[in-house]
Amino acid sequence: MSEAITHNGIGHAAHHADYLEDPKGLWSWLTTLDHKRIGLMYLWSVLTFFLAGGIFALLIRLELLTPKQTIMTAEQYNRVFTLHGTIMVFLVIIPAIPAALGNFVLPLLLGAKDVAFPRLNLASLYVYWTGALMALSTLLLGGVDTGWTFYTPYSTTTGGGVTMMVLAAFTLGFSSIFTGVNFITTIHKLRAPGMGWFEMPLFCWGMYSTALIQVLATPVLGITLLLLVMERVLGVGIFDPQLGGDPVLFQHFFWFYSHPAVYIMILPGMAVISEIIPTFSKKTIFGYKAIAFSSVAIALLGFLVWAHHMFVAGMSLFAGAIFSFLTFFIAIPSAIKVFNWIATMWRGSISLEAPMLYAMAFLLIFTIGGLTGLFLAALSTDVHLHDTYFVVSHFHYVMAGTSLFALLAGIHYWWPKMFGRMYSNKLAPLACALVFIGFNATFLPQFVLGSRGMPRRYYNYLPQFQDLHVASTVGSWILAAGLFLAAAYLLASFRGPKNAPANPWGGRTLEWETTSPPTTHNFEGQPVLQHGPYDYRANPAPVGVHEHSH
Amino acid sequence: MSTVTHPAPAEHGHSPFLQHHFREMKQQFDAAKIGMWLFLVTEVLLFGGLFVGYGLMHARHPEAFMAAHHHLDKVMGATNTIVLLVSSFTMVMAVWSAQTSRRKLCILFLILTLLCAGTFMVIKYFEYSHKFHEGLLPGKYYTHHGDTVPGQFMFFSFYFMMTGLHGIHVLLGMAAILWILARTIRGDFSSEYYAPVDITGLYWHLVDLIWIYLFPLMYLIS
Repeated sequence: MSEAITHNGIGHAAHHADYLEDPKGLWSWLTTLDHKRIGLMYLWSVLTFFLAGGIFALLIRLELLTPKQTIMTAEQYNRVFTLHGTIMVFLVIIPAIPAALGNFVLPLLLGAKDVAFPRLNLASLYVYWTGALMALSTLLLGGVDTGWTFYTPYSTTTGGGVTMMVLAAFTLGFSSIFTGVNFITTIHKLRAPGMGWFEMPLFCWGMYSTALIQVLATPVLGITLLLLVMERVLGVGIFDPQLGGDPVLFQHFFWFYSHPAVYIMILPGMAVISEIIPTFSKKTIFGYKAIAFSSVAIALLGFLVWAHHMFVAGMSLFAGAIFSFLTFFIAIPSAIKVFNWIATMWRGSISLEAPMLYAMAFLLIFTIGGLTGLFLAALSTDVHLHDTYFVVSHFHYVMAGTSLFALLAGIHYWWPKMFGRMYSNKLAPLACALVFIGFNATFLPQFVLGSRGMPRRYYNYLPQFQDLHVASTVGSWILAAGLFLAAAYLLASFRGPKNAPANPWGGRTLEWETTSPPTTHNFEGQPVLQHGPYDYRANPAPVGVHEHSH
Repeated sequence: MSTVTHPAPAEHGHSPFLQHHFREMKQQFDAAKIGMWLFLVTEVLLFGGLFVGYGLMHARHPEAFMAAHHHLDKVMGATNTIVLLVSSFTMVMAVWSAQTSRRKLCILFLILTLLCAGTFMVIKYFEYSHKFHEGLLPGKYYTHHGDTVPGQFMFFSFYFMMTGLHGIHVLLGMAAILWILARTIRGDFSSEYYAPVDITGLYWHLVDLIWIYLFPLMYLIS
C-alpha cells in the first residue's frame, strides 16, 4: 500500500499489505482461510453460474417467442428449465448474498478478524464447487427433466441424471449448513467489545435469521433427497404409491425445506437493504428492533407455511385454511420492514447513488412480489392460479427480482471496500434503469398470462397468449442488456487506480473504519464500538481503535 | 477437584492453540461448543426426517411392520444398546480426564470408548449378514420367502436406511475419537485446552442417543 489513510484523527500505519495482494499467487487463494478471499471466490463462482442460469433463461424465453416449436424440442425445453431452476436456486440465489457478500462483510461489521471457523468456511466453498460440478455433470448423463422440485412419482421413474442432480443438491446443502453454523457462532461470539445484540448492524440480524433457516431446514431437504435417491436405487417404497408409499409425502418433506429456503433467499436481500437505506438517507434507521425482530419472525414463521404449495395436492380443507391463514400472517413482518425502510428515507437527505438506486428498485420489486403472494395465499384464488404463469411471475419477483436487486445493491455498495476501486457513476443509473424496466417487462405480462390460464412448464401455447409472451421475451433482452452493462462498468473499474477512500458513502458501520481494501486481519488492533451503527447525529463520538498488545 | 498438572495460564499468555481471530481461550472454547451444538441440531433434523417417514409408513402398514420386526434379534439389539451406553460413560470419563489434565487416564478411556464402538459395529455386522443371508433386504432387493403378511420390504427399507445412516455416524465417530486419541498421546490437551475432546464427546453422545431411539422403534414394536 502506497498511502496511509487517515480518518477520524487516527493514522493507520501502512505496515500490512491489503488482503488482495498479500500473499500472492493462485495457491494462496485456494488455501486461504481469510473470510474476505473466500467471500470473493464465492462471489465470482456465483456470478459465473448466474451467467449460465441466465443464458438458460434467455433460451426459455426465446423458445416461448412463438406458440409452436421455436428453437428446441419439448424434451430439450424440459431440461433447459430444470437446469435454469436448479442452477439459479441452489448455485446462485442461496449462496449469493450469505456466502459471497455475507462472508466478506459480516466479520467486518462485527469488528472481528474472521468468522468463527475459517477452515469450515473454506470447506464450504470446496463442497459448493463439488456440488456444482456434480450438477453440471448431469448434462453428460442425459440431462434432468423434472424441474428443480423433483416431484415424485415422476422423478423416481424418469431417466437421465436425476440421481446425480439430487445428490448435487444434497451436497450443496452441506455447504449451506457450514455457512449457517459459522455465521450463528460468529455473531454469538465474535462481536467487538461493546457491541451488544442491538448495537449490531441490521445486516447481522438478517444473516442470523438466514443462518437459522440454513441450519434448521437444510438437513430435512438432505434426508428427503437421500430418500429420493434410495427410492430410485433401491425402490424403498416410501414415495411410491404402487409399493404402499405416498408421493404427497415427498411434497411435504420437500417444501418443509424449500419454503423456508425462499426466506434464505429474501432475508439476506433485506439485510443488505437495511444497511444501504440509512447510509444514503444519512438518517438513523427507523424501527431498529422492529426490523431485527421481523427478520427472526419471518425465519420462524417460514417453517409453518410450507403446505401452501400444495393446496391442490389433496389436502383437507381445514389444513388448507390453517396454512392459508399462516401464510397471510407472514405478510405482517414483511410489511413492517417495508414501512420502516420508507420511514427511514422520510425527511432524510437522500443521495441517489448507485447502491441506493438498486435498493429503491428492490423496494418496488419486493412490494409487487409480496402483494401478489396474497392472491396465492388465498385458497379460492390459488385453485385458479395454481401452476400458471401467475405463480411463475410471483416467485420470480420475490425470489429472483429481490435477490438480484439486493445483490446488485450490495455489490455496488461494498465494491470499493472489496477491491479498493470506484466504478463509473455515470453508467450505473442507466444500467439500473435497464435492469428494472427489463425485469418488469419480462414478468408483469406473466401475471396477466397466468390469470388468463397460461400453464407453467409448457413449451407451446395457444395463439392468443403470443402478444404477452413476446413482450416478456423482449423484456428478458432488456434485462440482459442492463446486466451486461453493469458487468462492463464494474469490471472496467479494475483498469482504474486503487484509490477508493476508506468510507466513500459516509457509512457509520465498522467496515468503513478500515482501509479499502482492508488488510488481511481487517483492522489495526481491536475496534471498540463507541456509537450505534446508524448514528448520523452532528458530532457523534468517534470510533476508537486501540492497539491491542500482541 | 484434585491435582491439575498444568499451571493456570498467565493472563495474556497465548496458548499455542489459540487461533488468531479469537481474543482468549474461553471465547474459542465457547465458539467450538456453539458450533458443535448447531451441528447436532442438524443431525437431529436429518434423522428426524427418517423418523417421521418411519412413523407414517408404520401407521399405514402396521401388520407388515409388526410381522417384519420379528426377524430382528432382540438380544443382539439389547446388547448393542448396553455397549453404546457404556461407551457414553467412558466418553464422559475421557472428557473429564482431559479437562483435569489426566493424560494417561484420558488415553485409557478413549481406547475403551473405541473398543465399545468396535464391538457395536461387529455385532451390527453379524446382524446385517444374517439379514443378507435371509434375503431381508430393502425395497426391490427383498427376496425373503414364506411371508404371511405382504409389504414387509418397507420395514427393511427403513431398518437399513436408519441403522445404516447411524452406522456411518458410528464410523465417523470412531475416526474422530482416533484423531483425539492421537492428539492426546501427543500431549495436546490439558485443562487449558480440551475443546476437541469435549465436542467429540458431544457428538458421540448424540450417536448413542439416536440408537436409544432406534432400538425400541425397530426391535420392540408392540
